[in-house]
Amino acid sequence: MTDHDFSFETKLLHNQHKFDPATGGVSVPIQHASTFHQSDIDQFGKYDYSRSGNPTREALEDIIAELEEGTHGFAFSSGMAAISTAFLLLSAGDHIVISEDVYGGTFRMVTSVLNRFNIEHTFVDMTDLESVKAAVQPNTRAIYIETPSNPLLKVTDIQAVCDIAKKAGALSFVDNTFLTPALQKPLNLGADVVLHSATKFLSGHSDVVAGLAVVKDPELAARLGSLQNSFGAVLGVQDAWLVMRGLKTLSVRMEHSQKGAEKIAAYLKEQPLVKKVYYPGLADHPQHAIQKGQSLGAGAVLSFELESEEIFRSFVNTVELPVFAVSLGAVESILSYPAKMSHAAMPADEREKRGITNSLLRLSVGLENPDDLIKDFEAALVNIAKGEAIAAK
Amino acid sequence: MYKPETYLAQLGNRSETATGTVNPPVYFSTAFRHEGIGQSTGFDYTRTGNPTRQLLERSIADLEKGDQGYACSSGMAAISTILALFKSGDAWIVSEDLYGGTYRLLEQGFKKWGLQCDYVNTCCLEDIEKAITPHTKAIFIETPTNPLMQQTDISAVAALAKRYNLLLIVDNTFYTPLIQQPILLGADIVIHSATKYLGGHNDVLAGLIVASGAELCDALAFHHNGTGAVLSPFDSWLLMRGMKTLALRMERHEKNAKILVDYLSEHDCVTDVLYPGRGGMISFRIIDEAAVNPFLQSLSLISFAESLGGVESFITYPATQTHADIPLEVRTANGVCNRLLRFSVGIEDSDDLIGDLQQAFAHVKREALR
Repeated sequence: MTDHDFSFETKLLHNQHKFDPATGGVSVPIQHASTFHQSDIDQFGKYDYSRSGNPTREALEDIIAELEEGTHGFAFSSGMAAISTAFLLLSAGDHIVISEDVYGGTFRMVTSVLNRFNIEHTFVDMTDLESVKAAVQPNTRAIYIETPSNPLLKVTDIQAVCDIAKKAGALSFVDNTFLTPALQKPLNLGADVVLHSATKFLSGHSDVVAGLAVVKDPELAARLGSLQNSFGAVLGVQDAWLVMRGLKTLSVRMEHSQKGAEKIAAYLKEQPLVKKVYYPGLADHPQHAIQKGQSLGAGAVLSFELESEEIFRSFVNTVELPVFAVSLGAVESILSYPAKMSHAAMPADEREKRGITNSLLRLSVGLENPDDLIKDFEAALVNIAKGEAIAAK
Repeated sequence: MYKPETYLAQLGNRSETATGTVNPPVYFSTAFRHEGIGQSTGFDYTRTGNPTRQLLERSIADLEKGDQGYACSSGMAAISTILALFKSGDAWIVSEDLYGGTYRLLEQGFKKWGLQCDYVNTCCLEDIEKAITPHTKAIFIETPTNPLMQQTDISAVAALAKRYNLLLIVDNTFYTPLIQQPILLGADIVIHSATKYLGGHNDVLAGLIVASGAELCDALAFHHNGTGAVLSPFDSWLLMRGMKTLALRMERHEKNAKILVDYLSEHDCVTDVLYPGRGGMISFRIIDEAAVNPFLQSLSLISFAESLGGVESFITYPATQTHADIPLEVRTANGVCNRLLRFSVGIEDSDDLIGDLQQAFAHVKREALR
């Protein structure tokens, strides 16, 4: 770690890897070597085989550890690889308490893979601390939080849930993908493991698939490090480098996109064809106060429900600017359809129960000028309203 | 037309329909298959045209409001490609405050092949006009100049160039099309060291050319392919990746630069601050030459390195780095003295940058200026 107390945006650019010590290069070199020559028969060097440790991947791991204010970072080949590897900290017979509107991929992992290994789970509404407490069992070994949650942007009180976990002797996992350490640092709120789909805001350019995990406790770090090495779902060096390159603009990207999200959420709220807007930055969001207390901002993702599935369909067919695709946290704005995309792995009745209806859209605000996005939405909504008026005649 | 930051954020999006990819693929293919004789997809051999590079070339042409773009393997390769348009006996009028690499290429390279260059203060229209001879074929300007930040009135020079039937070439590296669009002001060719702000991360070496007018564009395409100093597909892709955040970076560079100009102007170790009013580049003179090296050595956040326009702050010493190839008397007469430092302000927190300068100046005062 650096000995300077720089602000976050400076730390993104200045860390222990800002120069290559051998050449003075200001960009971390990409070490493609899969194996490393050993010069001492009895004592091997720091690097032997790239799965166990690679200087380029290590640079990213050090950087994310510093940004999350942890001690050890781990880079994986995808967000799901990071999450799955973290779940391997558990054993058969253990139990997990998990956010009910968790990302569909995590839902799938818990309900169709971990259950085969005899790891049980209970889904709860993490915003309701009493239900969290009630869900804890004697064999609960982990509480898994996603906040703000995907796609309904429900906010969990990280500190309160981590306290419950601690009392129960369970680990707390926090998926920090939506906010990144630029806005929220779960380890400082008591979390044991922070997880990221680094594909999203951290990398930010829709061109890398990556996952990261960060822990503070050295003993936990040793266990997770050993799992990373034995499971082997490590991040490739090219991708590690691209994530580091993306991180350099994290602060300016988050700032711009969040400002855009605030503006767009306020705009959508006023539209008659929009039934509901989910964004923790709105003053009337049920957990607005908790959000403000534990993070520096509400981030750049919001969801909104249109009045009907029909309106939803014409809206998606008419908007021109955002990409209609899965994923989030990119330079380009992405409009997603949770029911058929991120949460397709969740049965329809489970989805509906959680409020993920067939007319819900998730918007990840990119780096466009927000006025261009609003203009695009406005054109689509006006068009739909016209069509409705004609139909009414 | 969308606003520039919208255009930049979506650069390369919707570029192909086969897969719906949001991010353009990198085409490493050196050759492209033909269905039959005379049936080309538009791509034959990658030096002549490559789909990834073409996307970049289209983007920079759109941003600069020109007709066609050309991606080259470095900023100097871009200038060399343009120089191929001329012949022995031709002459250029060039900004006297000029990047050292351009000066070296002209004086140690093209002079041998009969290209004469007259260096004038291009901020002064009369000086330019006085230098025009029947051999003059082009005016080459940097604005703002490197490192003295002098600005040239592009429209006025463009009018003069038209009157004498000269090509006007503008190096737009310092401002980028977000601040200045020389073609709209009458320039024929814009060049960039895209290694700087456009790439923005100190990890790609690249040059770009944009030209306006069909005949000129065809001639440049001929030499771009013929000389072959083209940009690789991967670097083209990496450059576009950088350009997606150009608007955000530029905004922060400029905001920080203005804060630092205020700070430096007030400091008693600094005699002059040169800032053209926009962008992220500043030059300043330290009170005493003896203080320069101790100052550079005590910087701990800002890197002492050549180059500019990246996310990290750099301070450069033009006398021994960028302008070492310009003879001492020429350089000093122009104002590039041994007390001059050039500061490429990054996107860090401005308080952290001031903190670093502050401790470096304090060190200099203690150790070097007693």
